Amino acid sequence: MNSAPQHDQYALDVSGLPAHAFGPSSPMWWGTIGMIVVEGVLFALTIMSYFYLRSQSPEWPMRAPPPDLLWGTLNAGLMLVSGVPNALTKRWAEHFDHRRVRLGLWLCTVFGLLLIAVRVGEFATLNVRWDDSAYGSVVWMLLGLHTSHLITDTYNTGVLAVLFSGAPLENKRYVDVSENAGYWYFVLVSWLAVYVVIFWGARL
Amino acid sequence: MSISAADAIRLDATWSDPPGWRGWLCAVNHKTIAIRFIIASMAFFVAGGVLALLMRLQLAQADNRLLSAQLYNQLFTMHGTSMMFLFAVPVMQAVAVYLVPLMIGARSVAFPRMNAYAFWVFVFGGVMLYVAFLAGQGPDVGWFAYVPLSGLHHSPEKGVDFWAQMITFTELSGLMEAIVIITTILRMRAPGMSLSRMPLYVWGMLVTSIMVLFALPAVMLASTALITDRLVNTRFYTPAHGGDVLLWQHLFWFFGHPEVYLIFIPPLGFISSIIATFARRPVFGYPAMVLSLVATGFLAFGLWVHHMFATNLPELGKAFFTAASLLIALPTAVQIFCWIATLWRGRLNFRTPLLFVLAFFAILVLGGLTGLMLASVPLDLQLHDTYFVVAHLHYVLLGGAVFPLFGAFYYWFPKFTGRMLGERIGRWQFWLFFIGFNVSFFPMHVLGLHGMPRRVYSYPATMGWGELNLAATVGAFMIGASVLLFLINVVRSWRGGAAAGENPWAAGTLEWRTSSPPPPANFHLPPVVHSRFPAWGEQEMPAHVSGLSVTQREVLITSGPDARPDHRLRMPEPTPWPFLCALATSALFIGSIYTPWAVVWGALPVAIAATLWFWPRRARSELPRRLEARP
Repeated sequence: MNSAPQHDQYALDVSGLPAHAFGPSSPMWWGTIGMIVVEGVLFALTIMSYFYLRSQSPEWPMRAPPPDLLWGTLNAGLMLVSGVPNALTKRWAEHFDHRRVRLGLWLCTVFGLLLIAVRVGEFATLNVRWDDSAYGSVVWMLLGLHTSHLITDTYNTGVLAVLFSGAPLENKRYVDVSENAGYWYFVLVSWLAVYVVIFWGARL
Repeated sequence: MSISAADAIRLDATWSDPPGWRGWLCAVNHKTIAIRFIIASMAFFVAGGVLALLMRLQLAQADNRLLSAQLYNQLFTMHGTSMMFLFAVPVMQAVAVYLVPLMIGARSVAFPRMNAYAFWVFVFGGVMLYVAFLAGQGPDVGWFAYVPLSGLHHSPEKGVDFWAQMITFTELSGLMEAIVIITTILRMRAPGMSLSRMPLYVWGMLVTSIMVLFALPAVMLASTALITDRLVNTRFYTPAHGGDVLLWQHLFWFFGHPEVYLIFIPPLGFISSIIATFARRPVFGYPAMVLSLVATGFLAFGLWVHHMFATNLPELGKAFFTAASLLIALPTAVQIFCWIATLWRGRLNFRTPLLFVLAFFAILVLGGLTGLMLASVPLDLQLHDTYFVVAHLHYVLLGGAVFPLFGAFYYWFPKFTGRMLGERIGRWQFWLFFIGFNVSFFPMHVLGLHGMPRRVYSYPATMGWGELNLAATVGAFMIGASVLLFLINVVRSWRGGAAAGENPWAAGTLEWRTSSPPPPANFHLPPVVHSRFPAWGEQEMPAHVSGLSVTQREVLITSGPDARPDHRLRMPEPTPWPFLCALATSALFIGSIYTPWAVVWGALPVAIAATLWFWPRRARSELPRRLEARP
């Protein structure tokens, strides 16, 4: 199938190279980084809007008690723990361990679902509605933005879990698992920032 | 050093889009998508231009009653929106999606399906806005949609909602294209094309695309907050509930000023390509050129408040933004001096592409100088919201972007189609455009100094503005005639222009080392690069890459600043899913204008389409699995 004879002095033969790569060599890695930059800027600008509105207001939070700490803190703890199966899945994917990757993906999906359930509790105890004040709007925006990440990445992980529960796959699907796990770290770290702003920015 | 005829045929078949109607929906080849993208964004350019002509007719004489004030407001909103969101930024990305892979010796863009999806989302967003406009639901609050005017209280009609969702469509598309272009440049350069051998145009697109990632989220956040204020009563911009109207201006201009450079930097790359070819020598000062592009990219984010000098901000802050606005003239000046040095010592070949580039110098310098004037706070306060600003921004944007873009079309049209654009009609087009432009926009400086405000649909005869306005209208119609000539030239040349051959301009970069138009896989033999201008000078060995499949869409991924061969990657096949996914996305966005629940129910089809898009087909998975080696 090669486009040139085997011993072509004019040619740089690449037929011996592998058909996938993990990390920065892979276009998927750069695509994921690109998404992370975009979403990261979105979070940063929303947080800046939060503090901008706060700087324009004599009281903060505006006409509302701060959000209850319980659910958000529980979420932060669970989120940190979810880093463990995530790291394991990433490592197993990079070793092409089909059985363990499948296990890891299902575990990560369960964690995602748990986190979404806890998130419902957080929304219920924000102690402010989005239409009460600009403070309420920006808090709902921040939490909503993060929730959309939580839902989409949990869904992605679930799709991969189903995919890996079937027949063996091309190697580049393991790169997908590795990048999906990399993205989860972003969901995790961005939550820590959002958590500090929503739950402690209203108290300090 | 050649490919067998049988392999060439197989390679072409492997990389071709499907024929017929399936090709319409399933195409993923970057050249097919790019040509469609260019045509779509040029269609919005023409539409925006027609709206401008209507405005100029209205303003041609004092006390004119051709258009109502309401319609006039819609016209200038649609004109600005079309030109900024549906033409200027997308057309630059569209051209890049065509040229970048060819210039770096790649067979495809990274993520060809995402590229197709971004195109469809863009088209659906633009069409939605125009359908709304033609149905009498056009936005009428300016292309910047300042609150409180764009709030529900002052604009209860749906026009603003369509405008805000158009932002979501176009910015989603723009962000995806930026990721496609960055990844293509960083991972798909031909072996040996180190960063220091990359064409200046590719550098320009890399800087532009990175800027997109930081700039576009700001306007998406701003417009999302606007639409939630309007639809579900959030209070971001409602002062009575603790909101703040200047928040809009900060977010909008944090995007809006870098946007000018998103429009301006790609043409700098066109100019570097055209000047090198028509001066028949490399552009002088390559490191200075690259550093200037990077410096422009950084400084562009420190200027946004100069759009807000007329608001109640701290004076010290304004002084900072004045300084930054003056500072950004420096990297632009460095580039202009480098080009002049190149032209000075070159043997010039005065063809139409070069004419457009030379006009750029005159017009951009004028626009840049009025920009320096406006950067000064006291002068800005005098001239704010007058026609002086209209003159300035058109000198910068047409001079900086549209002139070089036409130059680029004349330059690369032979590569796109295999045919030369007509030279004689090209010269007519150029002079009509150049003279018409100055007749139209130069008088606006004077009108602005005389105090004529922007965005007025009429003015009384006693103001004495009639003659200059009439001149501006005459100039505008000359521009219209020029664009019409261009379209005629394109249609005639595409059908029966002179055959171009591989390298009609004797240019030096890689896109000229393949046939015109390029074969589906771009290069039958992917090149190996040894210098900045591979088509100039001796061919060194190895000359090309071998060992990539001819029956699979296989590309070579390279890594590091030196573009070392890293691995082979199989690119995806044509598929309708990006199209269908874009349809589902559009349903979600448009539905959410009417009910917030559309975000919930609309997400289901999007999720299904995205999953099926991603889902591997077993036959396709198993074949390469048998072939692929683990490291």
